[in-house]
Amino acid sequence: MKRIGVFICHCGINIAGTVDVKRVAEAIRDYPGVVLATDYMYMCSDPGQSLIRQSIKDEHLEGVVVAACSPAMHETTFRKASAQAGLNPYQTEIANIREQVSWVHQQDKEAATQKAIEHIKTIVEKVRYNESLIPLALSLVKKTLVIGGGIAGLQAAIDIASAGYPVVLVERSNRLGGHVAQLSGVYVNFDAARDLLQSKLRAVQENPRIKVFLQTEVEELGGYVGNFTARLKHTADGQITYSEQAFGAVVVATGHSLRPLAMFGEYGGGRYPDIIDALTFERMLAPDGPTGGQIRRPSDGQVPRQVVFVQCAGSRDPEHHMPYCSKICCMYTAKQAALYRQRVPDGQAYVFYIDIRSQGRDYEEFVQSAMTQHDVLYIRGKVARLYEEDGKVIAWGADTLTGKPIEVEADLVVLATAIMPAEGAVELAQRLRIATDEHGFFSEAHPKLRPVESLTAGIYLAGTAQAPKDIPETVAQASAAAAKVLSLFSQRQLVAEPTIAYVDEELCSGCGLCIPACPYQAREMHPWKHKAVVHEALCQGCGACVVACPNKACKLRNLTPGHVLAMMDAYLAEV
Amino acid sequence: MATQATVSVAHTATSSATPAARGTLRVDPTFLRTVETLSHENIRLCYYCLKCTAGCPTAYAMDYGPAHILKLVQLGQKDEVLRSKAIWLCVGCETCWTRCPNGISAGHVMDALKQMALREGYAPAERRVLVLHRQFLTSIRLFGRVHELSMLALYKLLSGDLFTDLDLGARMFLRGKIPILPERIRGRAKIQQLFKRQARGQG
Amino acid sequence: MRYSYYPGCTLHSTAIEYGWSTEAVCDALGIELVEIEDWNCCGASSAHSLDPRLALTLPTRDLMHVQALQADIVMPCAACYGRIAAADHKMRTDPAWRKEMEAEFQTAYIGAARPRTLVDVLGNDLPAEALAAKVKRPLNGLRTVSYYGCLLIRPPDLTNRWDDPEHPTVMDRILRTLGAEPLPWAHAVECCGASLALDRADVVAVLSGRIVQGANDAGADCIVCACPLCQANLDSRQKGISRKVPVLYLTELIGVALDLPGRTKWLAKHLVDPRPLLKAKGLE
Repeated sequence: MKRIGVFICHCGINIAGTVDVKRVAEAIRDYPGVVLATDYMYMCSDPGQSLIRQSIKDEHLEGVVVAACSPAMHETTFRKASAQAGLNPYQTEIANIREQVSWVHQQDKEAATQKAIEHIKTIVEKVRYNESLIPLALSLVKKTLVIGGGIAGLQAAIDIASAGYPVVLVERSNRLGGHVAQLSGVYVNFDAARDLLQSKLRAVQENPRIKVFLQTEVEELGGYVGNFTARLKHTADGQITYSEQAFGAVVVATGHSLRPLAMFGEYGGGRYPDIIDALTFERMLAPDGPTGGQIRRPSDGQVPRQVVFVQCAGSRDPEHHMPYCSKICCMYTAKQAALYRQRVPDGQAYVFYIDIRSQGRDYEEFVQSAMTQHDVLYIRGKVARLYEEDGKVIAWGADTLTGKPIEVEADLVVLATAIMPAEGAVELAQRLRIATDEHGFFSEAHPKLRPVESLTAGIYLAGTAQAPKDIPETVAQASAAAAKVLSLFSQRQLVAEPTIAYVDEELCSGCGLCIPACPYQAREMHPWKHKAVVHEALCQGCGACVVACPNKACKLRNLTPGHVLAMMDAYLAEV
Repeated sequence: MATQATVSVAHTATSSATPAARGTLRVDPTFLRTVETLSHENIRLCYYCLKCTAGCPTAYAMDYGPAHILKLVQLGQKDEVLRSKAIWLCVGCETCWTRCPNGISAGHVMDALKQMALREGYAPAERRVLVLHRQFLTSIRLFGRVHELSMLALYKLLSGDLFTDLDLGARMFLRGKIPILPERIRGRAKIQQLFKRQARGQG
Repeated sequence: MRYSYYPGCTLHSTAIEYGWSTEAVCDALGIELVEIEDWNCCGASSAHSLDPRLALTLPTRDLMHVQALQADIVMPCAACYGRIAAADHKMRTDPAWRKEMEAEFQTAYIGAARPRTLVDVLGNDLPAEALAAKVKRPLNGLRTVSYYGCLLIRPPDLTNRWDDPEHPTVMDRILRTLGAEPLPWAHAVECCGASLALDRADVVAVLSGRIVQGANDAGADCIVCACPLCQANLDSRQKGISRKVPVLYLTELIGVALDLPGRTKWLAKHLVDPRPLLKAKGLE
């Protein structure tokens, strides 16, 4: 009988606080085939892993069960540890007694302990029948698709192409540069946004490895990491054409949009020309903008003498708008107010804010300089209502520190409207098969440890498509995404999991039912044998073919009917 | 769990009531929970942006704006809020609820505080407001509908505010807008029952 | 078009002209109003200030009286609307409370009747063409500002947004159909001071005074409103205003446009007499 070792992790108190791990070890020790059952505080730690390695050698283990957290967390860790001790990694399996046991049964310790024991027994059965497998080797297309031509997409394209790999950069609009192209000067040094962008645009234009497609969207993305196929939709010159290309990696950098003024009823709902959003004010400040950098109010072209800036317009407002902080508004409002004061020295700028969030090098000093050097009046309080009367915009605000209502007669009001995902972000996410959060921002694989990867291998995220962020953060994330692509491309070929489907040719009748059942187009009929064959690079091991096959010829490696029946027997056995 | 924490926060310039030994406030989190239960409002969500105060029609006449009241409730300053004018000057126009980023109706909180002040025997800071409300309800209890003439006469007598707007009342009367006799509904017994049920519930 | 009708106390007293004009206009427009049997006062702001249970039980008695008819309940008064809508909302969202009230009143709550404001019904149920077809004397040249105040359109949780809470448009639309010229102004949704009219007249003087001044500044001939309390406050607080501005109920102006005979009686009830204005516009 196969010699199996069981290693039970406390995960601190995460598991041991609910599951009686000692009793579990006790109960498993007598189970057929189990030659060792032991527990440890943190199995994923170095001492924990070396305990596993040492036990494999000392006890001549032929199979390992680690009862711990979800396999999504540490299956790779423990399989590597086993391999280091000379055991085929596919002889090691995880019994998830954290997410599936301790975390969900905190109220009933006795039942949780019992469930953990049953859970481990089934996985012991699985390991008993596991075969030793060898990972698959797949080809790798070393070419990247970058979606979005803003500062994030430009930076990612430049970094990847500079390392010697070809990039296709697609942009939905008819120009590159995204929102940065619309800005005036940037905080904290008032550098012209135009100059910053020009250096990036030049780098893109001068790099022969970057091919730019304007007015182009991704219509469809098939395949998998290393071997994606993208169908691109080109709408230039009023004609719609399509093209198809293969890529090994994708960087999604589709940027953001702003909460429309129409959503703010109490701020005029877009009815009043002299209540504008901050991006419109940026265009006013920008030398290449409609007023040539002159600050003029839209209604009558006059220079506004009193300007009110309203922060958090639609941010931090779970009741009517977005619950999150848009992150960049505190900083650009300070910049806009300072620039206004520079250009209209006898003008007065008011900033209504709830909190000032100025985390970044020199950021706090910058806000302070807006208050002191540029004489911007900061008032802590939200504006309740804006309306126009006699050519003025009346702002009803309040000062939280005195508790008094305040009324300002402004010539111009600038709203720092909330940052939202770009239009069509959710639909794009569906086409790319990546996840979004409840607002439509693309989700990263792990908030702390994998912040630039999507949960789909080979697809990376950059810039405000993921969450509100400013230019330096966006550029840093784009470079990080590029580094991920380059690390992928540094391999000669890709290694894939061998735990996929196979066809027992003796049982296959060639009925072909498995071909439409496969959601990954990983099945075809052998031209002359008339048996189904698995395209190993495309198969994801989902098991749809197993269900479809009337002859039980389709099987998953290490999850055969034999495995499943043995596991069920163990689960359903009387304790 | 401790029912009363003794965390001290700086005494603000506006809070003149309950002078403690070192001029510090005593924070009482149980008060917040009580007011939340009575008002059905999630007061702890308030991050004190003052959008309610900025849009409140009567804030200018209040001693504390609506947000300030919410803050005092958060800090458990029971005595201060129950003595305030603010709770009696709220007209329940729901502008605060309409605009609050956190969906709080300060008006509902004001109502709960008014009721609490009465239950606990606080003299209302705006006595006439209470007198009018009471006469209004008396009229409903007696007739099922409001009878302005008797209600106003009683209000004038009890509030001691005999002369304000007397000319206005006279002009209304002359235009036939204030009927002499009350309209009585048939279901007065049921109305009185509803009033009584309440009294029992409160006791 | 058939509705349950809840007039509210003021439509029989201080706002008698609103009551008369509502009934006359609805009659002329083919809107049948079935007055709620033996209705009682909604409790207004006094009940919810002093007694949260009474604030719900009083209007619930009225709600229970309309269950059989299953037609929406139309209310001309904004304050009544606010209280009855709040009670109705509670019945719809709190099953335990509903059960308790069904026992209290020995009536099953069906919920087919929704509380509606009269303006909502006139603007959103009645087709504009039906109204236009009845207009005999278009209000040409009459410059109006529509005044909503607070509870007619707030809070959105209760009103279901029958009109925008910050920028309402339904009254303007009706007035345009009547041939009047509604003007843009900034005070349509400001509060008049409401129930503080008696006990803190100084506050109401400030709030209502500002609204009347705003109408004056906008160049309006008159203010159009749909709430007895608003009308009384705005009508009575015009001391110190350079040009007095008549405050008319929407139904009164519809009555004028439809050439209804009862209007002489209604228009005599105002403190700021609207008759000279209407005469000057040829609408007497």
